[in-house]
Amino acid sequence: MFMEEQQESKKTQPETTSAPPEIALDCQADQIFYTDFLAVRDSHVPIQKNKITGFIGPSGCGKSTVLKSINRMNDLIRGFRFEGKVHFLGQDIYADKVDPVSVRRNIGMVFQQPNPFSMSIYENVAFGLRLNRFKGDMDEKVENALRGAALWDEVKNKLKNNGLSLSGGQQQRLCIARAIATEPQVLLMDEPCSALDPIATRLIEETMIELKKKFTVAIVTHNMQQAQRVADETAFFAVEISKGGRTGYLVEMAPTMQLFDDPQEELTKEYLQGEFS
Amino acid sequence: MSDANSMNETMALPNLERQPFEPRSLKSIVLSTITIICAVVACVPLFSVLIMLIYRGGKRFSLEIFYALPPTAFETGGGFGNAIVGTLFMVGVAGLLSVPFGILAAIYLADLGPYSKVANIARFCAKTMTGLPSILAGVFAYAAVVLTMGTYSAWAGGIALSLLMIPTVMLTAEEAIKMVPPPMKEAAFGMGCTPTQAMLKVTLPVATPGIITGVVLAVARAAGETAPLLFTALFSDYWLQPNEPTASLAVLIYNYSGMPFENQIELAWVASLVLVVLVFILNLISRAIAQRSK
Repeated sequence: MFMEEQQESKKTQPETTSAPPEIALDCQADQIFYTDFLAVRDSHVPIQKNKITGFIGPSGCGKSTVLKSINRMNDLIRGFRFEGKVHFLGQDIYADKVDPVSVRRNIGMVFQQPNPFSMSIYENVAFGLRLNRFKGDMDEKVENALRGAALWDEVKNKLKNNGLSLSGGQQQRLCIARAIATEPQVLLMDEPCSALDPIATRLIEETMIELKKKFTVAIVTHNMQQAQRVADETAFFAVEISKGGRTGYLVEMAPTMQLFDDPQEELTKEYLQGEFS
Repeated sequence: MSDANSMNETMALPNLERQPFEPRSLKSIVLSTITIICAVVACVPLFSVLIMLIYRGGKRFSLEIFYALPPTAFETGGGFGNAIVGTLFMVGVAGLLSVPFGILAAIYLADLGPYSKVANIARFCAKTMTGLPSILAGVFAYAAVVLTMGTYSAWAGGIALSLLMIPTVMLTAEEAIKMVPPPMKEAAFGMGCTPTQAMLKVTLPVATPGIITGVVLAVARAAGETAPLLFTALFSDYWLQPNEPTASLAVLIYNYSGMPFENQIELAWVASLVLVVLVFILNLISRAIAQRSK
């Protein structure tokens, strides 16, 4: 059912926005510290609903740090401190009363290295649903999630096999299925293809474009072509080397076409022309 | 090789053939041989003990020893069923105390507060405790339990053994939990697990084989301990009564091996055999568990 919808709308051209875009999540990272080290400063990234927002920039520019701040994954890192706000569902997720666990239940994440759990394919997908004490047709939910991640046809006959027995690209799509099974509002992807071969990458990219019809996606990528292929909006980060170390910041953010065709900042132009990486 | 022409060729081309008498390869061969010899020699004590036990104890081995009570001075026959039950009971008590305790502490050490002061102190204490002479565990349990209860008992024996098991369980469980790949934990948190759910549903299942291996090894060690039981459980010629002095295989071996009666000395040999076989089986179990997880 979910797939049919997607196939129909696949033919339609990417719509040009005239109405003001709806913001699913507004990340205002004023300062992000690891202990005393200022990793990111002054980065305001609004993430539009049902769009793919790409984060690009040279290594060490803090794009992953910003992305992981969005669902408070960085809380797991010792010494991490976030100053700023992330508006999501009318709240600041860094407010004291907000439970990071519930934030992560609504903002899913796919990591750089595929990290399925050491359990069956089926249980991997059902995992989040079981966490949320889902009562209902589990088989249907699992199937839909696997279809949504374009993995169903490859695994439908071996759902009982261990998730770790799949190939790298399949594992990553399993992780996507696992993340979307609970239907989070936002899906964060931290260089999801960097550990994969080009064919697997292509499949994941196609999956992402399907996914944005239902979800809001933010993706960190080291690959500018990938950003051009999939992202609707692109945020360009750069790194500034100062006395305290390397601090990343947002240089500019614009619709992808506009950013690549007509960058406003000199630094963006240089980066896109491959003058540094 | 005799004419100068072929000599030149060997100079020009690197010789790829084995040259066992060339100093470097000779050194390598000698050192490799020494490592093999050491590895083999390390097995000698176990095998010689096993052969000795089978030779001396094997002939008395019968079903009777499992269900009969120890004989009196000049009696023939008899067994040590009560000591087997006593050992199993005390090790069981020690396990019930030390396993939950050790694992919960390990979760704190490995996951919740690995860098905290409490964790550092606890880790240091546990490492020191692994080297604690077992007789001190007995003295401690004697002071804490035997004097309080007013009698030697199986409970006191179990507590003394648990003191020896806790540090082993705790440290091996900590290592097992730390071995769980961090991406799995990240995935669990990324799915919106609470710390408890991440631990119970993802980390612990992966760490379980490692934890069980540690527990089994701790149990195997505790089963053979004599000193802590001398002060706490003492010995008994009757069947298990947890609030009374209790027999154990280790203490039975200690007592009977020093007696001037042939029958008792034979029983001490059989009891040694049974104890070694018990420990051997426990090790096999832990190996099987570790294998299955792969």
